[in-house]
This record gives sequence, structure tokens and C-alpha cells, in this order.
Amino acid sequence: MSMRTEPFVVNVGPQHPSTHGVFRLRLTLDGEKIVDAEMVMGYLHRSMEKLAEGRTYTQNIPFTDRLDYLSAMSNNLAYCMAVEKLMGIEVPERGQFLRVIMAEFQRIANHAMAIGSFAMECGVWFTPLMWMFRDREKILDLFEMTCGARLTTNYVRIGGVSFDIPPEFMPAARALVKELPERIAEYEALLLENEIILARSRDVGVLPPDLAIAASTSGPMLRGSGVMWDVRKADPYAVYDRLDFDIPVGTRGDCYDRFLVRMEELRQSVRILEQALEMLPGGPASVEMPLALRPPVGEAYARIEAPKGELGFYLVSDGSPHPQRFHIRSPSYINLTPLRDMLLGLTVPDAVITLGSIDIVLGEVDR
Amino acid sequence: MSRVLDGLEVGERISQRVPEAVVEATPQSVVVQAEKLVAVATYLRDDGELDLCFLIGVTAVDHFDHFEVVYHLQSLSHNHVMTLKTRALDYKSPEVPSLVSVWRGAELQEREVYDLMGIRFAGHPDLRRVFLWEGFPGHPLRKDWLEMPGGFNPGLGRFPRED
Repeated sequence: MSMRTEPFVVNVGPQHPSTHGVFRLRLTLDGEKIVDAEMVMGYLHRSMEKLAEGRTYTQNIPFTDRLDYLSAMSNNLAYCMAVEKLMGIEVPERGQFLRVIMAEFQRIANHAMAIGSFAMECGVWFTPLMWMFRDREKILDLFEMTCGARLTTNYVRIGGVSFDIPPEFMPAARALVKELPERIAEYEALLLENEIILARSRDVGVLPPDLAIAASTSGPMLRGSGVMWDVRKADPYAVYDRLDFDIPVGTRGDCYDRFLVRMEELRQSVRILEQALEMLPGGPASVEMPLALRPPVGEAYARIEAPKGELGFYLVSDGSPHPQRFHIRSPSYINLTPLRDMLLGLTVPDAVITLGSIDIVLGEVDR
Repeated sequence: MSRVLDGLEVGERISQRVPEAVVEATPQSVVVQAEKLVAVATYLRDDGELDLCFLIGVTAVDHFDHFEVVYHLQSLSHNHVMTLKTRALDYKSPEVPSLVSVWRGAELQEREVYDLMGIRFAGHPDLRRVFLWEGFPGHPLRKDWLEMPGGFNPGLGRFPRED
């Protein structure tokens, strides 16, 4: 007996916890299988690139906090590097080390959030998320100690950082770095071979390596597909060329591999932090900058390996105090390019996990 | 460090393969004819020595009388980068060919450029607005989108206590 069926449209979001913000997916289903997926975004579009054209280079730093609001330090760093490249400014060594320390703490905080919410979506209810928040909290305490803010840090400045670290920072950071490996071992024991996570995410949302490269994905998404690519190694900025760390890669390119890559990056970030805290030199943390910045006519593209992928800023200067063009190459947005290919043939609960494993933040997708 | 390819040298190589494609070559970037863009991009991606298989980003710049579309390219195997540019000279209705057939990564980014800068990408499979809604008046990243204090450029154009 044959039955006539019709495709069925399911709307996910924009107000839905599993979309990590205000992102909307329009899924067309044939029975339980997804046969088409359409992304709808722009609910958080604040026209940052246009706003930035009306403000001075220094005034634009706080905007970058609001891009990927879970990793403000990395955003500050990428933007300031672009302005420094435009103007040819050299940052003192201590400033470079402080930037690396903050960026790596930020990576741990971001991945803690990503792994915790991924586990939630898989159905490992609440415990991992709360454990991850416990550690993230301590990192945010360090940020608060240094610059007074926990999320929108506005810490990295053109030519250095806004404040040198206070005396109580080093003992607290050393204690945390000493404690983190134990914590990560706990997470690994809880999550790595967790039956629920394996059953829900193994071979789900597979991204083949050739598509990952063609679709310009970056960060854990590219590495989860087995492509050994990390801007910190390939195009080292700050002092990453003097630090010793490994790049984890996946083998199958499924959601579980992306989760594994993030887990291992936690350990590698701790390794970087151990070395960077040990090597932190004395001296000034920033160079004196004039209040009125007028970069010469020209353009610059600077990029970093942000927790979510390659974050780049493309600035065009016409010699005035405002950028003529301020473009953000945001990893969250570009990592969504192959989403439809990954979703086809899956079911709706798998689509939630696949989206979660990309780790998007809508502040950065919509800008 | 990623080596920045010398634009003059790459320009030479492009001219040998795709004649009359290069408009301008500087050490930092290569500007090519919009009509030859797809051929040039395919050559850059497939050539063994260049192997620019990774499109870092697509963006556009408003130069008041024309638009410049900027492509940042990366080779994963040789670890070098280059900047490819093309110009849309018609300011009223700018159009350049789409590169989605060469690099899938251009798909969302070209939609973004179309949405905010209003450059049409001929041959794009799904050229719709992405952040703003259909029917939004104009394209906000253009310099002439709104009358701003101080003319074309929003802002003061100078610092308060300067002169």
C-alpha cells in the first residue's frame, strides 16, 4: 500500500534555547528526515560596521566586546592588532604576553560554555553545564580583577592593554592554572565516553574535510574534520611562536569530533598558560599613544585564532580619524555556510545537536 | 608566518594564463577585470604552486565613485596569503560575477555584501538579503545611504580640540 505524504515545515526559533540566541531555522521534513533547511538571521543586527565608520579608532574597541560576547578579549585583540598593523605600532613584550594570557583564559571560558551547552543538548542534563560554569566563573573573576569587567572587558587597547595586572592576579592565576588540569580530568571522566553523548553525537552532522575547506570554515569546526589548521601556528601573532602547544584534530568530522577537539583545546590552553605565566617579563605593558589617532592612508587585515575560529578585521583608512571601512570576518557567521549540507537527512533533534556543535554566538553572526 | 605573496609576481602569472585580466598589480594586491574574475579565481585555486584553496573572506569597499570587492585568499599547503580585488565601476547598479562556484565559502558572505553594500553577484544561487528584511530602503554601508553630519563621512572628521 502506498500513502501520499506531504513535506512538513518545522520552524525552530528565533526564540528557542537550542539556537543559542535569536537564530531561526526553517526545516522542511519528509516524515522525520530533513530534506531542506533555510537559515534566517539578522534579529540581532546592530549595524556595527556602519556605526564604526562614524567613530574614532579608539572608540570602536568597546563595540568589539559586543560581537562574540563570550570571548570579548579575543575580539579586542583582533581589532587592536588590525589598527596596529595599519599604523605600524610595536607592542612591548609584556603587553604581548598579557594579551596571550587573557586570550587563552578566554578560550577556556568560551569552550567551557560550548561544551557545557553541547552536553545539555545531547541530554546530559545540567551537571556538566554547572561544573563548567564553576570554572568559567573563576576566569571571569580574574578578568574583573584586571579590568573591572567580566564580559565586556574592553581590556586590549591600541598599543598594549588598558591596565597592567594587579598584584593579586598572579597568585590567583597560578592557583587556577594548577587546579584546571584536575577539573579537566573530571570533565573527561564525566563526558568523554559518556553513553548519552556517544549515542547522540557519533556520526551525526558529518562535515567532510574538502567541504570544510571549500566552505571557509575555521576553528574547531575545521579541525574537527581533520584539517590541521590553526592561525596561532600558521601565522603566529603576539608571542605564540615562543610557546609550545599542540593542535588537536578530529578524524570523522562529526559532532563528537568537534566536541573532542574543544575538550583537548582546554588542555592545550592550560599548557600555554603555564608557560606564559612563567615567562611573563617585566617592563611596560603598553606604549604611549596619542589621543588623536590618524592612521596613514591604506588598508590592513589582521586575524587571530579566536575560540570559534579565524576572527579577522579588515580596516581601510583614508587618513581621517574614522575608519573608511570596518569589516569583521566573523567565524560564527562563516561557519554556518555548510550547515544545510550537514543537516540534510538528519532528524530534528540531531539538527539541534549539529547547530550546537558549531558553537555560534548570534552577536557575532548578525553583528 | 604566512608569507604574503608578491602581487606583482602573481599579476604576471595571471596575465600569462588569463590575458588582459589584470587591471593593476601592487605588491599588496592584484586588481582584476570583473569579467575575467571567475577564470582568475579558478586558476588561483587550481594552480599547484599557488594552491589558494581557502577563501578567508569577501568584503566590499565604497570608494565614492566605484566599489571594490576584496577577496582574501589563503593556501593551506604552502601557507601563503594574497589579496585579490575587483572593481564594480557602475555606482548606480554595481555588479560582479559570483565566486560561489569556485569557493563555497563565498555563499553567505556575498549575500552579506549584497545586503549591506548593494553589489549584485551574477550567478549567485540564492542572492537575497540576509540581515535586513526584504523591502528595506537602500543598502546601509554605502556612503551615500543617509545624510550624516559632515557630508558623506559620518562624524566630525576631526578631533574636538584639534585646530
